[in-house]
Amino acid sequence: MENKKIMAYRRENGRVGIRNHVLVLPLDDLSNAACEAVANNIKGCKAIPHAYGRLQFGEDLKLFFRTIIGTGANPNVAAVVVIGIEPDWTNIIVEGIKKTGKPVTGFSIERTGDIGTIAAASWKAKEYVQWASTLKREPCDLSEIWVSVKCGESDTTSGLASNPTVGNALEKLVGIGSTCSFGETSEITGAELVCKERAATPEIGEKFMDTWNAYNDFINECKTDDLSGSQPTKGNIRGGLTTIEEKAFGNMQKIGKSIQYVGVLEPAEEPDGAGLWFMDTSSAAAEAVTLWAAAGFVAHFFPTGQGNIIGNPIEPVIKLTANPLTVETMSEHIDYDCSAILRGEMTLDQSGDNLIDVLVETCEGKLTDQEVLGHEEFVLTKLYRSA
Amino acid sequence: MIQFLIHEKADTVGVATVDIKAGETAAGLYMDSQDKIDIKAVHDIPLGHKIALVEHKVDESVIKYGHDIGKVVEAIGVGDHVHIQNLKTKRW
Repeated sequence: MENKKIMAYRRENGRVGIRNHVLVLPLDDLSNAACEAVANNIKGCKAIPHAYGRLQFGEDLKLFFRTIIGTGANPNVAAVVVIGIEPDWTNIIVEGIKKTGKPVTGFSIERTGDIGTIAAASWKAKEYVQWASTLKREPCDLSEIWVSVKCGESDTTSGLASNPTVGNALEKLVGIGSTCSFGETSEITGAELVCKERAATPEIGEKFMDTWNAYNDFINECKTDDLSGSQPTKGNIRGGLTTIEEKAFGNMQKIGKSIQYVGVLEPAEEPDGAGLWFMDTSSAAAEAVTLWAAAGFVAHFFPTGQGNIIGNPIEPVIKLTANPLTVETMSEHIDYDCSAILRGEMTLDQSGDNLIDVLVETCEGKLTDQEVLGHEEFVLTKLYRSA
Repeated sequence: MIQFLIHEKADTVGVATVDIKAGETAAGLYMDSQDKIDIKAVHDIPLGHKIALVEHKVDESVIKYGHDIGKVVEAIGVGDHVHIQNLKTKRW
């Protein structure tokens, strides 16, 4: 496939973004109200409230900072206003985002109060929104677009057509030198040895197995039954998927037939080179896409069977399905209908090309269904209880 | 018209791509070889659900994608609906 030119935003650090968001980013749950007030005052910026940021510690705190800093640092974001309850952790977020070279300013609420903080932060947000509105798209390479993939509410049509469509598209994208990622550690259960064999080297395969074993041990430690209803979900089962093993082999269709993954990432960890990367993620859609957005991915392929409607506030989610019932009953959520594969009217190769066409349109500014429907599920992964 | 698809030659189940009615002789297609197969459905097989291509005894495995996707917990005959009532995970 040709590495075509697309019109996108080149950021200060050289990375390429496809959206031009100005974020009002809360450090913690306490600062959500102020962030939403700023976003209400100043049109064109976006608050992304979340539930955490207080009294976390250890690995869980490291993941929290990596996720919030990574979200602000994502190339789909032009500038960031950070609001926190106190200045020290607020400043950790500001300094982390500042490394990208983009404009970022922090405000803290203690010793000012919500109203004074909202006023000062609104002035800064106004400045950022007007500055961001002057930025122009420029020609960039398609291979500079980092693409993550994850399926949701899968059914057997996912394994037959929508997941292999994503796999076909990834083979073409990785072929031109793109950076891509898959994950869903728990949902590889049953196909873990097949996944291990897809690593570029035995060492990377071992690292994958260590990651998978750790997640599987955690599930075995906490489970109260065989997880039927949780994994596979009730929606999966309604769609005809019976066991985690069946779901896992369907899931693996998303990485195509021939690509080897070049590394294993921690949750929300940024890759340091091109190729396909495995990221250790939950299989819950919003949690996983939030982690990829925080790792710097700017577009997401989301095949669904029964109709998962997830979105993300900064990383556009492109949804596809092969299930004709889902196309018929919830078409407003489906960016690309590949049900023609099941009728024998389209090949996987054609379908992969079509999906890349949708990606290019999305990169150049066409809004996805998730964006216009306002699905902005920003969900942090929490590893354990706070202190 | 094709009514169910089979991923690989080794598979013991196919996936309905339309709703199949009990008693109907349904037309299937192997996606790897493009070979065709007809199976008489014993039960209704809704779109996306699995139809048995062979008999399975209790404790045998169901094969899909050429791989083991779980253990049989109730005997399955040719044309039966294969789902949570007769197939369980070997994990967790």
